[in-house]
Amino acid sequence: MNGFAAILMREIRIAWTGGGLWLPIIFFLAVATLFPFVTGPDKALLAKTGGGILWVAALLASLLPIERLILPDRQSGMLDQLTIRGWSDEWVAAAKMAGHFFAFGVPLLIATFVASALIGLPEGKLFILLAGLALAMPALAGLGVTIAALTAGLNSASALGGMLLIPLAVPILIFGAGSLADNPGNAMQLLVAISMAFTALSPFAAGAALRAGRE
Amino acid sequence: MSGGQATATNIQLENVAVIRGGRIVLQKLSFGAQAGDIIWLRGANGSGKSTLLRLMAGLLPAASGRCTVAGKIGLTDERLSLDLGLTLEKAIEFWAKMDGADAAEQQDALNALDLAALAEIPLSYLSTGQRKRAALARIFTSKADIWLLDEPYNGLDSANAARLDARLTKHAQNGGIAVVAAHQPATINVAATISLDEKAARKAA
Repeated sequence: MNGFAAILMREIRIAWTGGGLWLPIIFFLAVATLFPFVTGPDKALLAKTGGGILWVAALLASLLPIERLILPDRQSGMLDQLTIRGWSDEWVAAAKMAGHFFAFGVPLLIATFVASALIGLPEGKLFILLAGLALAMPALAGLGVTIAALTAGLNSASALGGMLLIPLAVPILIFGAGSLADNPGNAMQLLVAISMAFTALSPFAAGAALRAGRE
Repeated sequence: MSGGQATATNIQLENVAVIRGGRIVLQKLSFGAQAGDIIWLRGANGSGKSTLLRLMAGLLPAASGRCTVAGKIGLTDERLSLDLGLTLEKAIEFWAKMDGADAAEQQDALNALDLAALAEIPLSYLSTGQRKRAALARIFTSKADIWLLDEPYNGLDSANAARLDARLTKHAQNGGIAVVAAHQPATINVAATISLDEKAARKAA
């Protein structure tokens, strides 16, 4: 368990010192900055569509850190060293997911305050957006680590990563953005369900990918 | 050494074959090592030294035969497995903590290869030989019973090669096993030298 915390802290440290933390945040805020230029200063329109745009931005921002999640550790032998110490691949993946959640998910949630202010989202919508993103972040972290493990070392891994993430993340996007609608229905419950399913399955999928990639 | 094992530290390979990338890299290989043994592994480039070490480390499956390794394993190969962005001390501390080594043991490992003066320098600034010594210091703190060292002498100057010799001898005296893959003949007392050259393999067959 101590080792789990060490891996988690290491993920955060690498994101912080390596600059991997800021890139997705800057991208996310850039979308929030540019969107009002496209729609014009129509407050009602921005309030209606802004939440959905931030969902899309969060999803695409989650693609940016994928390349540094697994590949550098495989190349430097860090992953092999954990395996030698008796770590299962699933446990390594779970630790990486937890670290990625704190290094990507939490900063993005904080940036959501700024982004929604830039778009002019009404306060009620802001809290629904925050709740939805907070629920989706563990799932996005899990998908990120899984896709990183699947594509590590392949040519054009980042393009492939996008092609894998986008279809998988569609249900998250539909229910997440759906929860912002005027009559959200059960969107939030379904978002919880899909997010829990992804979060629970990701360590096994990523673990299998890590095992298959070992040579 | 680190307790908890029901059986004594040992390595046993029986008629092992390893296939890598669709090619038979090792075949009909048998040897054993008991506590206190240093095994010297020789062979030309591509003869399967690294493959054998990865097999014993549990990172590769044996295609046939049996490979049993009892004891905690430490491996250094051509990859550093340390965070380049950290200082030497912090990078080693990451693994030392994971392996349950305390500050004194870590300091001892740094001193063993004359690394104490470099402790505060980021790893990315260190030379090849200095990095190699850092990777070896990681093994020294690992409390592993079985050291699997891939070309540990590469890049070391003669003073540090002698320090490594001393440390290997001490490890064996403490009941550990070391398997050393190297190009050069053994410079210390070894229990066995195993040659992986194809000629030898054919003779064995």
